Amino acid sequence: MKILVAVKRVIDFNVKVRVKADQTGVETTNVKMSMNPFDEIAVEEAVRLKEAGTVSEIVVVSAGGPQVQETIRTAMAMGADRGIHINCEGELEPLAVAKLLKALMDRESPDFVIMGKQAIDDDCNQTGQMLGALANRPQGTFASKLVLSDGKAEVTREIDGGLETVSLDLPAVISADLRLNEPRYASLPNIMKAKKKPIEQVTPEELGVDVTPRLETLKVEEPPVRAAGIIVADVDELLDKLQNEAKVI
Amino acid sequence: MAVLVLAEHDHATVHPATLHTITAAAQLGGEVTVLLAGENCGAAATAAAKITGVAKVLCADNAAYGHHLAENVAWLVKTLAGEYSHILAPATTFGKNIMPRAAALLDMAQISDIIAVEGPDTFRRPIYAGNAIATVRSSDPIKVITVRGTAFEATAAEGGSAAVETIEGAGDAGYSGFVGQELSKSDRPELTSAQVVVSGGRGLQSPENFKLIEAVADKLGAAVGASRAAVDSGFVPNDFQVGQTGKIVAPDLYMAVGISGAIQHLAGIKDSKVIVAINKDEEAPIFQVADYGLVADLFEVLPEMTEKL
Repeated sequence: MKILVAVKRVIDFNVKVRVKADQTGVETTNVKMSMNPFDEIAVEEAVRLKEAGTVSEIVVVSAGGPQVQETIRTAMAMGADRGIHINCEGELEPLAVAKLLKALMDRESPDFVIMGKQAIDDDCNQTGQMLGALANRPQGTFASKLVLSDGKAEVTREIDGGLETVSLDLPAVISADLRLNEPRYASLPNIMKAKKKPIEQVTPEELGVDVTPRLETLKVEEPPVRAAGIIVADVDELLDKLQNEAKVI
Repeated sequence: MAVLVLAEHDHATVHPATLHTITAAAQLGGEVTVLLAGENCGAAATAAAKITGVAKVLCADNAAYGHHLAENVAWLVKTLAGEYSHILAPATTFGKNIMPRAAALLDMAQISDIIAVEGPDTFRRPIYAGNAIATVRSSDPIKVITVRGTAFEATAAEGGSAAVETIEGAGDAGYSGFVGQELSKSDRPELTSAQVVVSGGRGLQSPENFKLIEAVADKLGAAVGASRAAVDSGFVPNDFQVGQTGKIVAPDLYMAVGISGAIQHLAGIKDSKVIVAINKDEEAPIFQVADYGLVADLFEVLPEMTEKL
């Protein structure tokens, strides 16, 4: 079985994001970047399936400027076999990314595609679903468990209030939620090995995809600042404030 | 302008998230049509027709929609979309699963999780887990949108008298099927929609000590959450995690107990109306965002609170 894993380079989840003074976006210069945490879970799942012998090849793909090759290397250090870097500058919307991935699906014919359910920068939660639509294949979003057998994927999905299990004919598109697994840290020898693994470069033009944005960001602002609170002396005062001042209990 | 709202429902009743979505739809101006796709869902369609602000209900009663499979519902939305300028759904796991698929079938972008309508093509939405708010304008002919329920009041569930029109289904894609469902049996409310959330952090020190949190939560009818540190320490399962990479919550009252307030946790709670922090370390960053802070030992505070509530 061959699988395609899509990963995105985002601001590290531990960094406090700062809105630019001119309100055009958030500050990304000299800010630590990492693989989107949900995508890391997707890579881990792929690697575990390979270790279990279910999967024979893991192709990792990312789109963006030259820096995304670092993210591809991270996935290869975790265990992905080869990389595809879709080289393009500028903002890519989920619909554009889904079209790029659809083009790669046509070329690579993977048995399934897996990615994180959402990127922690734009918080869109769209790409997997959109890829499913464009490829006319089923989707297993917000996956917390994945079982493969007989040309089908049984996906347990995290839904509001519990879990739901669906059965999908392969090829399918899977999006990973938090509970699917806990990603490993790449070992130093594996990081060294990843440096020798191949990364192919393609452009949206070569894939025949128009990535022109459909949305225009007019401005990006800081959220309203919370007013400074007070320190209460004891439980009695706290409960009194919650009952009579805030009126929330 | 005509707006289509994809209703979340359980075939018998309409999910409250739909009422919040209809409020956002009404702000766009124009007539609001509700699409109810389900199986034996006549009762839900009747309920939808009574919602204030709804002009028409389209009811697609078909086995293909019995479990809201995205493959089938998105295709139905696509076949109906031509008559509408906007298509909205709640930004719940129901809407998040179906709407991007419908958007891609239409070759439209989706605007996820809006918190304000600025105009017919301009919307505000949180990015970076709410650490920044983007105002975006769409150039697409059909705006496909999911709506964050906590940002819009619920419209009244009664007071309307819309006509219900039965429509044909658009078929079963045939490559996905429902296997089963396991809804959490907890008597406690669900984290993302709870009005009160009590969360514990590393300060709890052990899985057993989370019972102290649960006792307070039960008194308040609250959901129980946890910081990433508590989850990583194995005190509670992953689905308790509140924060940027866990669940984003926006309750009326959020109580953070023994949680220092890492950035990624704060990102998940900042839309709460009132935040209470209980921590013995007065330097903990959580106090900077708390409306009420109590610097004290949680092992004394929690039992006392349980007793006094």
